[in-house]
Amino acid sequence: MISAKINGITVSVPEGTTILDAAKKVNVKIPTLCKHPDLPATASCGICIVKVKGSNKMLRACCTPIEQNMEIITHDAEIVDVRRTVIELILSKHPNECLTCGRNGNCELQTLAADFGIRRDAFPNCVPDLKSDISTGTIVLDPRKCISCGRCVTVCQDVQNVWALSFLERGFDTRISPAGDINLGESPCVRCGQCSAHCPTGAIVENCEAPVVWQALQDPEKYCVVQIAPAVRVAIGEAFGFEPGANLTGKIYAALRRMGFNAIFDTNFGADLTIVEEATEFVTRFTTAPDKLPLITSCCPSWVDFMEKFHSDMKDIFSTCKSPQAMVGALTKTYYAQKKRLDPKKMFLVSIMPCTAKKYEIRRSKDMFASGVQDIDISLTTRELARMIKQAGIDFVNLPDEEPDYILGEYTGAGTIFGVTGGVMEAALRTAYDYVTGGKLSHVEFENVRGFSGVKEGTVQVGPHTVKVAVAHGLKNVEYVLNKVKEAKMTGKELPYHFIEVMACPGGCVGGGGQPYGVTDELRAARAEGLYDEDSRCVIRYSHENPHIKQLYSEFLGTPNGEKSHHLLHTHYIARPEYQR
Amino acid sequence: MCSTSTTTSPEISTLVEKWRGKKGSLIMVLHELQNHYGYVPRDVSLQLSQQLDIPLARIYEVITFYNYFKLDPPGKYTIAICLGTACYLKGAPDLVDEVKNLLDIGEGQTSKDGLFHLDVVRCLGCCGLAPVLSVNGQIYGKVKRSEVMGILSKYKKED
Repeated sequence: MISAKINGITVSVPEGTTILDAAKKVNVKIPTLCKHPDLPATASCGICIVKVKGSNKMLRACCTPIEQNMEIITHDAEIVDVRRTVIELILSKHPNECLTCGRNGNCELQTLAADFGIRRDAFPNCVPDLKSDISTGTIVLDPRKCISCGRCVTVCQDVQNVWALSFLERGFDTRISPAGDINLGESPCVRCGQCSAHCPTGAIVENCEAPVVWQALQDPEKYCVVQIAPAVRVAIGEAFGFEPGANLTGKIYAALRRMGFNAIFDTNFGADLTIVEEATEFVTRFTTAPDKLPLITSCCPSWVDFMEKFHSDMKDIFSTCKSPQAMVGALTKTYYAQKKRLDPKKMFLVSIMPCTAKKYEIRRSKDMFASGVQDIDISLTTRELARMIKQAGIDFVNLPDEEPDYILGEYTGAGTIFGVTGGVMEAALRTAYDYVTGGKLSHVEFENVRGFSGVKEGTVQVGPHTVKVAVAHGLKNVEYVLNKVKEAKMTGKELPYHFIEVMACPGGCVGGGGQPYGVTDELRAARAEGLYDEDSRCVIRYSHENPHIKQLYSEFLGTPNGEKSHHLLHTHYIARPEYQR
Repeated sequence: MCSTSTTTSPEISTLVEKWRGKKGSLIMVLHELQNHYGYVPRDVSLQLSQQLDIPLARIYEVITFYNYFKLDPPGKYTIAICLGTACYLKGAPDLVDEVKNLLDIGEGQTSKDGLFHLDVVRCLGCCGLAPVLSVNGQIYGKVKRSEVMGILSKYKKED
């Protein structure tokens, strides 16, 4: 342990702790724009400078390890003055467009400028002449608003291993862009939106499609339907002052009904359905087609995009199941439309997702038009819904809970845990166990697939069979798992796994790129806990026991993996180029 | 990592083999390519990315970081204008403006007809003649803005 003094307060921390983290321990807040708790320090912004007794240099707290007996001053008149100058210099290169910016009211640079009482342009404004890029349709990259902190580039390269974003040029001309100034839509970008979730300013935000939804809600010809994803319910509260992880499902249903939606469905129902289809697919492959193992989950659109671009040799072992969002989409405009005698062409389906890539998924292939029209019309992020609720003048905090609509709204505990890494695996194993053994588990929780380690491996005894599973989240962690599979396949050795779950975003959907800003592991854990808690309180915790799922099969679909299921609920994969030019 | 399929030219394979596994191989290979083509063409970078298993984004980060590497083919004539202290004070920024206007190009770019490339440099070694510009090494001293068009048209005629 290292003992030192920060502003005269004694602090004791493990060796290697930075001054920034040590200061947090004694409730001293050193401001920073570039350091994010998820990422290593890049020391690029220069706001976290501090003084150390005995040195005439100012040191950056984010990347300087604290040393024994150091005496650190984090705030004095000179330090505050230097920090103000740094902010003024950053502002001189930043557009004055706060009022029309996607991060207005929720921007780290804006907050810092407000805290420092910046009241004038200290330096002539020289915003670079760079164009906005909306080519992915999911996120908007406005490089003029970039402060070169490097968070997005680090996330894209080192956390997600996608390498769509890079720093081009240097010095004043430094800009974030794909290689060779092409559009993001032509780059390997998988639209996970982790760049937008980590950006301190409005340089990368979600492509806001709320106006299209308002327009549909006003159209008397349109029958508007909405579905909400698992991870949305435990995160949206953060935008309204709730504790992270608070489960607000009932309030969300109520708010959506007030906004004017004719029917409120739950993607958790789709999750249950996915499990029935995917567990059936798994059991079939496990017992009759071991060459098509390991089965790899396909609910995450960024992961699907990543596989199609970087690992298309794996496309034949991918689960053909559509994501829960897409399943609810196809059923709303077929099954539900027939039940309610509605014209699918006049239906408008909105999905609320923790994700930016879902905006891409709804158009990714012709399979997304299974009902004859585009199954899902618009996909909004949690952030967009929070803003819409505020626009609608709904007192969300005090809103009484309501129920979803019949029949695509009922869900089980297995459906709700889809929103967290390991959840899909756990839910699928519960059902697969029943399918194989015909019996119930004495303990439905699979602890070895829970938690936030990048790769979780384990074995599960399913009757006489030992099933080997792996769960990876954060796309960089996928390489380890896939390499093991590729090696085994190449050398003809025993497969390392039978079943693999992958979620692109660290933590799974609770940490999705469309979730409220400021995500850290602490926040991810709180959101995950909200979902596990709901699961533990559910009476039914097996997807296939959802009574409405049973009704859906008997009335409409027939059997899992049957012909109708294949037409509506399954999809195909193709190899896609990393670069389109 | 890179799965984009492009046919690989044998020269690139040879180059890559020469430097594979050595420290700083990317920069060394880029140097050889820059010298060979006069710039680093995109399809060459794509092949390099595959062969060295280095993401294209990293290759472009390196190319754009160093002035030495170019992304566009060089013009037939390279115009270098000095913006060092003496030239700057004697009005070199006006010369840069004039060339940009006349050829409709920016710094480091090549005109559409492929004839001229504009580079801004720090010193051409003859400060006494400031402001100085050179065309393919031919020095022009004490250049006035009004003389730029005459200098350029001389090369246009030669072409």
